[in-house]
Amino acid sequence: MSWLEKILPSITSGSKKNIPEGLWSKCPECEATLYYEELKDLNYVCPKCDYHMRISARLRIESLLDEDAQEEIAPNLVAVDPLKFKDQKKYKDRYAIAQKDTNEKDALVVKKGTINGMSVVVAAFEFKFMGGSMGSVVGEKFVRAAQMSIETNSPLICFSASGGARMQEGLFSLMQMSKTSLILKLLADKKIPFISILTDPTMGGVSASFAMLGDIHIAEPNALIGFAGPRVVEQTVREELPEGFQRSEFLLEKGAIDMIVHRSELRDKIHRVLSALMHKS
Amino acid sequence: MNLDYLDFEQPIADLESKIEALCNIKDKVDIVEEMNALKDKSNTLTKKIFSSLSDWQISQLARHPKRLYTLDYINDVFDEFTELHGDRAYGDDHAIIGGIAKLDGNPVMFIGQQKGRTTQEKLKHNFGMPRPEGYRKALRLMKMAEKFSMPIITFIDTPGAYPGIGAEERGQSEAIARNLFEMSTLKTPIISVVIGEGGSGGALAIGVADKVMMFEYSIYSVISPEGCASILYKDAAKADIAAESLKLTSKHLKKEGLIDEIISEPLGGIHRDPEKARTLLKAALGKQLADINSISIAELLQERQEKLLSFGRFKN
Repeated sequence: MSWLEKILPSITSGSKKNIPEGLWSKCPECEATLYYEELKDLNYVCPKCDYHMRISARLRIESLLDEDAQEEIAPNLVAVDPLKFKDQKKYKDRYAIAQKDTNEKDALVVKKGTINGMSVVVAAFEFKFMGGSMGSVVGEKFVRAAQMSIETNSPLICFSASGGARMQEGLFSLMQMSKTSLILKLLADKKIPFISILTDPTMGGVSASFAMLGDIHIAEPNALIGFAGPRVVEQTVREELPEGFQRSEFLLEKGAIDMIVHRSELRDKIHRVLSALMHKS
Repeated sequence: MNLDYLDFEQPIADLESKIEALCNIKDKVDIVEEMNALKDKSNTLTKKIFSSLSDWQISQLARHPKRLYTLDYINDVFDEFTELHGDRAYGDDHAIIGGIAKLDGNPVMFIGQQKGRTTQEKLKHNFGMPRPEGYRKALRLMKMAEKFSMPIITFIDTPGAYPGIGAEERGQSEAIARNLFEMSTLKTPIISVVIGEGGSGGALAIGVADKVMMFEYSIYSVISPEGCASILYKDAAKADIAAESLKLTSKHLKKEGLIDEIISEPLGGIHRDPEKARTLLKAALGKQLADINSISIAELLQERQEKLLSFGRFKN
């Protein structure tokens, strides 16, 4: 208790209570104090510095799809801990905590729906679920998403946000890379578009499999995208990393992505691109 | 301490040095018995040590400084080999060796990761850590193999794809992803052998195969034991514990159905009897190739797809 609160308990504690929690928010980049309702309306892009904050999988999908007729795919798949993995914590316990914290079953959410009436399948990573790591459930759900795309001749869209493969599932996780790449090959053979949207961060086994296999690669501004993490690269080469290394703008310059799109324009851009790619369907 | 032996092999090293000393004695008549006794003892000791190796000890054997590398096998396993270079776009990556080979008289496309033994070789081959141009060279050769109906044989031996600035600039992720994508439906048989270290995506990028074999004391993992230890245990020195947790040995992986066959190693590991190791590898490859050639490409692709889709454990 501060000295002020000791002297004036009723005034200070009372005024605190009057402010609803989360009314104000702080931009992690420029530290500007932001009105939460406004931030929400802006889809969590800072109005002061344009920083694109990390947002949940469900919010990503909801802000892309038309409101009605959203159907979730394989919502109940859960991991089984095939290695009985234990580090400082048991995988089972980490998993349960992640489920509780995020209210998700695993790190990927998949829905079928429409964008301005056009049928699509959307997958999105929940980064808060164990760093968006890809284990068996993520791989399987991605496959089911692509299978739904094939069945219904609907384009596939994936929002990536992941640290890479989930170590706790050992080689099973690694094999999700080939599993998801295969299903994209089968999707490509059917000439159904896959749009990969790279958000902050997309690294490791996710970046080195389906995230880099899109017909179109769209990144959000300033997202970290790469194979090895910048710290690992720095330790390996023992020199300072170039300015903006592994950021969206760097990838655009190096030819790895098609475009960087502001979050507020994403839905419109995706719809335009897909309308063109699907003109024969 | 003999640096050609790992710490847990030192008792064997001591016996072997005694045997070597006896060998150098000119008048051998008197010592034959003693020498045979020592050899027996060394064998028994080796058998004992190797019958209860920990997963960490196996990880060390997989990276043993005297373990055979890709180039130590090529000339003996194959009847002939013509190396092909470059990705036709940027450069030639010496961490991946590729070319046309003949196995028992039949042409195959060979691709293998090479670590390098001397300091100079290690630098040349970048310690077996490929850059994007290495994976793109591999893909070029694999497409050529498909075009000319040649089976593909790959040897995996890498700590991982190279985490360098240039590698990232030139699209390391895309290069790996592209290989996984193309290999999944490539219309020719693919056989992969982990001969030492199967380091994560850098290994898988030449390891999507109809048959995956592993030498007994090789490892295949989503992350190195050291990497896992430093991330999850916050201490790279706990690599031994991480190695146990990751289930990265051939025995574990065969049990889980993630690989198809284990190639036994000579007593004490490949480095103790390279000739035998080469013979065993050649025989295993010959057999797998004969089996695979007996089924049609359509069936082969169907099986490959079903296998790739089956990977993963979950419940509803």
